Amino acid sequence: MTVAIRVIPCLDVDAGRVVKGVNFEGLRDAGDPVELAHRYDRAGADELTFLDVTASSGNRETTFDVVARTAEEVFIPLTVGGGVREVADVDKLLRYGADKAAINTAAVARPDVIDEITRHFGSQVLVLSLDARRTDNPSVASGFEVTTHGGRRGTGIDAVQWAKEAAERGVGELLLNSIDADGTKDGFDLEMIRAVRAAVKVPLIASGGAGKPEHFPPAVAAGADAVLAASVFHFGPDDAIAQVKQAIRDAGYPVR
Amino acid sequence: MTAGPKVTVLDYGSGNVRSAVRALEHVGADVTLSHASEDVLNADGLLVPGVGAFATVMEGLKSVDALRWIGRRVAGGRPVLGICVGLQVMFEEGVEHGVRTQGIGEWPGVVEALPAEVVPHMGWNTVDAAEGSRLFAGIEDERFYFVHSYGVQHWNFDVTQPAMAPPRVTWSTHGAPFIAAVENGPLSATQFHPEKSGDAGAELLRNWLKTLR
Repeated sequence: MTVAIRVIPCLDVDAGRVVKGVNFEGLRDAGDPVELAHRYDRAGADELTFLDVTASSGNRETTFDVVARTAEEVFIPLTVGGGVREVADVDKLLRYGADKAAINTAAVARPDVIDEITRHFGSQVLVLSLDARRTDNPSVASGFEVTTHGGRRGTGIDAVQWAKEAAERGVGELLLNSIDADGTKDGFDLEMIRAVRAAVKVPLIASGGAGKPEHFPPAVAAGADAVLAASVFHFGPDDAIAQVKQAIRDAGYPVR
Repeated sequence: MTAGPKVTVLDYGSGNVRSAVRALEHVGADVTLSHASEDVLNADGLLVPGVGAFATVMEGLKSVDALRWIGRRVAGGRPVLGICVGLQVMFEEGVEHGVRTQGIGEWPGVVEALPAEVVPHMGWNTVDAAEGSRLFAGIEDERFYFVHSYGVQHWNFDVTQPAMAPPRVTWSTHGAPFIAAVENGPLSATQFHPEKSGDAGAELLRNWLKTLR
């Protein structure tokens, strides 16, 4: 009995619509996150992640509606990130049907918010979303630096140290996204996964760089407990999730 | 079409209960989210959700007088299903970060940290379903969604009354074997989240509904 490696499609949602696009046959409306969530669920996704990339907070209400409508009909875990700043934001997401909230910039700006949220709802509710990139900055010992604002701003904070601190403060899981690998389709940043894995005990979700099914098993070998991707599922064949799972299974790891 | 069995999901401010309500409705139950005594006592089945810390869940249950209602239902042979921390609190005691909290104590045993390399135990795991289990009928080989850092690793239930049906205990493993589910007369509980376990979870809830009324 071993817990399965989770395969998680990520949907970027802007004002209630999926962005980055999707490319599926037979999808009535490629931009509807609820319809896509349903489709990924039927295709064998182990969890779903919505990342709210809505620029204006005024349009965030549509995201809550999307979360609620998804939770109505999809019975697998749902993580929602984007705009989570305090306990009240998590509370609202949970009330609308999310199971976990992902926090990023707000936690870098004020780490105490991690303690506040996990004290209130438990560790299992909070995912630290960590966007990291390689750096030559000598003050960053691991060579991986935390970035914020979608990877646009460097912080000078060591990503491995930050992962460790966040886990000590109580996050239940880490979503590690390589800014350098993101969008390249050349595969995951395996060194980054290994470095963070060695520093934390919480489950590690690897993200960034996946372009084909063969890219996934090395991320698992490097220490990922789960793998997250967007375009490989959005633009891949209809059975992309099954193909990814088969690749992981063929490498000797359990999948659902 | 006849109405499905009436199920009350105990409302005491615990996390995402909307999923539990929807999952039960999805499999045909007539669901009420409430902590009013008449809803809790009169329903065909009572579902006790639970996420977060053991101590917080116990406080929440006490705040709506749920210990009394759960005890009364179980004594009267009326079905109760605990989920996640809703399983854990049915045991005698929970130990988290060195803090010991008394549980409801329907079953002997202590809830302790899982001795695993990666915690929380988060994701889809298999179970070793108890022989004759009704909850796992037809879904013995499926995976279910777990999210927890603590578990009950020993079962010491001593059935001294021969008239009593032996409890059915289902196990899983993460670092060490731990209890994934217990079926003990009217009182059942799962450490995993059936409401988040896709088709397998829906089938388990359907199996539970069949035991009601």
